[in-house]
Amino acid sequence: MAEEELELFASGHRACAGCGEGTAVRQILKVAGPDTIATICTGCLEVISTGYPETAWEIPIIHAAFENSASVASGVEVALKELGKKEGVNVIAFGGDGGTFDIGFQALSGMLERGHNITYVCLDNEAYMNTGIQRCSSTPYGASTTTSPAGKLSIGEHRPKKPIAAICAAHGIPYTATASISHIPDLKKKVKKAIETDGPAFLHVFSPCPTGWRHGSDDTISIARLAVETGVFVLWEAEDGDICNLNVTVKPKKRKPVEEYLRPQRRFRHLSEEDIEVIQKEVDEKCEKYGF
Amino acid sequence: MGEQKSMTIKGNMATAMGAKLCRPNVIPAYPITPSTLFPEKMSEFVADGELDASMINVESEHSAMSACIGAAATGARVCTASASQGVALMHEMLFIASGMRLPMVMAVGNRALSAPINIWCDHQDTVASKDSGWLQFYAENNQEGLDLMINAFRIGEDKRVLLPVMVGIDAFVLTHTIEGVDVPAQEDVDDFLPPYEPPHGKLDPKEPATFGSFGTPEYYQEFKQAQVEAIEGSRDVIDEVFDEYEEKFGREYNKATPYYCDDAEIVLITMGSMTGTAREAVKKLRKEGKKVGLIKLTVFRPFPSPELKEILSGVKGVAVIDRNISPGAYGAMYSDLAAAYTNEKEKPILKNFITGLGGREIFVKNFEEMYEMTKKAVDTGNLGKPVEWINVNEDVLR
Repeated sequence: MAEEELELFASGHRACAGCGEGTAVRQILKVAGPDTIATICTGCLEVISTGYPETAWEIPIIHAAFENSASVASGVEVALKELGKKEGVNVIAFGGDGGTFDIGFQALSGMLERGHNITYVCLDNEAYMNTGIQRCSSTPYGASTTTSPAGKLSIGEHRPKKPIAAICAAHGIPYTATASISHIPDLKKKVKKAIETDGPAFLHVFSPCPTGWRHGSDDTISIARLAVETGVFVLWEAEDGDICNLNVTVKPKKRKPVEEYLRPQRRFRHLSEEDIEVIQKEVDEKCEKYGF
Repeated sequence: MGEQKSMTIKGNMATAMGAKLCRPNVIPAYPITPSTLFPEKMSEFVADGELDASMINVESEHSAMSACIGAAATGARVCTASASQGVALMHEMLFIASGMRLPMVMAVGNRALSAPINIWCDHQDTVASKDSGWLQFYAENNQEGLDLMINAFRIGEDKRVLLPVMVGIDAFVLTHTIEGVDVPAQEDVDDFLPPYEPPHGKLDPKEPATFGSFGTPEYYQEFKQAQVEAIEGSRDVIDEVFDEYEEKFGREYNKATPYYCDDAEIVLITMGSMTGTAREAVKKLRKEGKKVGLIKLTVFRPFPSPELKEILSGVKGVAVIDRNISPGAYGAMYSDLAAAYTNEKEKPILKNFITGLGGREIFVKNFEEMYEMTKKAVDTGNLGKPVEWINVNEDVLR
């Protein structure tokens, strides 16, 4: 652990204005420190940060393909151990939501099951943004994307978001948490716990995308905050996969109506009052389960 | 020099023992017929403390190759094994391993690709990845399987090369067949193959670097060109290393090995285990006074065009016997050899034969038949079909 926080994700990368992902990576690396090796998968993060001959990374990283950040990281971690160089070195595998929920799901499950000492971070912006806003199993109900467009016969995405963190926790891994770029102290605390965990840890980081969600580029943090304050995205952590006894780390005193979260985003602008009521009801039920 | 130990072992055991002698650090692997014995044996070596390494028992071949890439980029010596559908599932990652210039060795039990599903021998799996930027070696027997593994590490890790290498051993015909194999002493292999240290950096927090960058049109082509120059440059390295291996261990390897080619009018070209049967056919035909020879191709990538053309100088007809097919075109060896002759004024007649797919037996009489067909083409000028299928069960076709 670095005593002093260093800037390890350099400015000048090519993320869109207001991108949540850049903020997330910068803050995560501040906690992880320079003795960290990261793997990243194909997607926005790779495109914005690794355009040859430049790099935004002040730590060693490797990008191989889309679906295998977890398995490349497995190779890195085992090689470090085998070469006697793992002591004091963190291995972080970054994946987008496509690379985690969908195409990289098998590799992730294998990494978690094998018990590698790796922190897997999913940066979730709820669709395939790099390729132009196609739906993913991370896309929430009602969101209009280019492959789940809202139309006369369609509400947009008609399936609920896949509960990726709970699924990862169900592997019985020592540490699982959800976090948001709107709650940096909470995020950093969880990153610290994750990298200090001996064994696999999974962090699901909520990261709005102004380009794909179609909100103002200066609204990224407030949208992320509204997701937490409305209960749309719940910040929790669980140890040893015990999701029945998870700890909700940020409990809004009074939940705001989901409409406040949905309305500023044009991906939801087609939703009727009735549609929003359906979503509100689902969020209410979910929050009841989480105990708030 | 330590004494070589004579053992009677299966082909998979031979490649596993070859790999073990090279002291790999990390072995990510996923079981697949007919290569499963390789990860099993490596696991046993690790479990018994005979090999100081870590297995990663991954959940797919795609992850096996991905973990190989991660481990190799971290500076580990890495090997794995696969076959058929497994090599196909890795396909994407094969290009990335070579594109990132990461040496590693994969033993492949050459097996047919589905459909129909078939676990027996042909070369379609590795031939389908001939364009992936890996060096490709093919063994005739188990001894070659072991020796080629050791040579593969040394060649791939040479700083003039820095590329991954596949060693093909034919499914069942070699993987599961017990043969006598001389196993070099560990200290001699240690002497032949020094520990691996990546010359251009690795994943190391002390010297942070970005691996696997995004290459825009301004840069991508030069990366590919440099990679191709490396595989071209490996030609000399292969010769050097094969020579040194022969000097040290007493077994000769060539990219292409001639047999009775000096005065031959017709030459057969083979790859893998069918070579032994072809040699018997050549012996028989020679006794009958036929001027026939044989070339065994050991190195398929880089394709040894200069060596083949030199051996074939003055030869009238060549039977190129492919255990693979590019549907709508030709077998892979034939295409490459034909391309090598394109701008030559003097060239032999080339005939392409496809046989042995999905474990179809190839008998001495089949080689005699291919000799006769090639001889006839030379004598009559009637070249026959562009691709000739051999040992066909006509009843099944109908």
